[in-house]
Amino acid sequence: MHSFGYRANALLTFSVTALAFICAISSFSDKFSNQNPSAEIQILNINRLKKQSYGNDEVSLTLDISADLQSLFTWNTKQVFAFVAAEYETSKNSLNQVSLWDVIIPDKEHAKFRIQTSNKYRFIDQGHNLRGREFNLTLHWHVMPKTGKMLADKIIMPGYSLPDAYK
Amino acid sequence: MGWIGETVDSIKSIKIRQLLTQAVTLGMIVTSALIIWKALMCVTGTESPVVVVLSGSMEPGFQRGDILFLRMTKEPIRTGEIVVFNIDGRDIPIVHRAIEVHERKTTGEVDVLTKGDNNDVDDIGLYADGQMWLHRHHIMGRAVGFLPYVGWVTIIMTEKPIIKYILIGALGLLVITSKD
Repeated sequence: MHSFGYRANALLTFSVTALAFICAISSFSDKFSNQNPSAEIQILNINRLKKQSYGNDEVSLTLDISADLQSLFTWNTKQVFAFVAAEYETSKNSLNQVSLWDVIIPDKEHAKFRIQTSNKYRFIDQGHNLRGREFNLTLHWHVMPKTGKMLADKIIMPGYSLPDAYK
Repeated sequence: MGWIGETVDSIKSIKIRQLLTQAVTLGMIVTSALIIWKALMCVTGTESPVVVVLSGSMEPGFQRGDILFLRMTKEPIRTGEIVVFNIDGRDIPIVHRAIEVHERKTTGEVDVLTKGDNNDVDDIGLYADGQMWLHRHHIMGRAVGFLPYVGWVTIIMTEKPIIKYILIGALGLLVITSKD
């Protein structure tokens, strides 16, 4: 009953259980944080709207993105992954979401930012539906914790549109 | 020569009933572990409720050796979700983020494009030849929770199988030689 094996076994079981409990509690504490992020996106310029050689429409644009995501950071946060997606509807597809730009925010100091950039990823449609298309720009964020449950949410900003002709 | 006689005596003295009890206990432990695993599969709706992160393509969020808890619901797949998928012809699941989603009006089916956070390009190069999109049946689950470092046990046991054999051998020896 007092051999080394028994004692090691009991110690190991207890420490694993205690560790699991602490991880669950720290994840649960995230529920009590007050979160009110804000963001604003402006389209500075539509650089090009063209039809690719093998068919699909492609857009290149320059965005001005300003956001304050500082309230998302808790003591249990490892990083926040934020990205901007254009969302629109076409005749064939009820929903299209195309990610234009993303960033990894490692800590609270970097969470309030303003950046002007052209789209990091290519905005290509499945077809030729982009002329005159209205779309929403949505800022999504994904809070990745040090341990436990991940949280994702977004701000939808409607009312952007593309030019009526290729340019 | 004396200890050979002792060992033979101790083997003879293991009663059949005790041996059977130990075998049944071992069987019960293994079976209850299996029951818990299958129950987890039912609750989370996916065939692998827990996966280990094997590559560094999602750093710094997920490092090699972390484990992810997965869940699969009927809700549609949207950008930003971290999905675990299998490519036809390969059996290692890949954990990346969906960056593009196109949902058909008529059928509700989705075309999904994924990319690892730490990669520069999207996953088109990883898909099967001629495949441009992932579909729902490729995706095994969405990551909803995460525990760091715990997956290293699995990685070590897979990459150095000798450790697996040593562990199982030691456990087996412990079971046989324990008096109760």
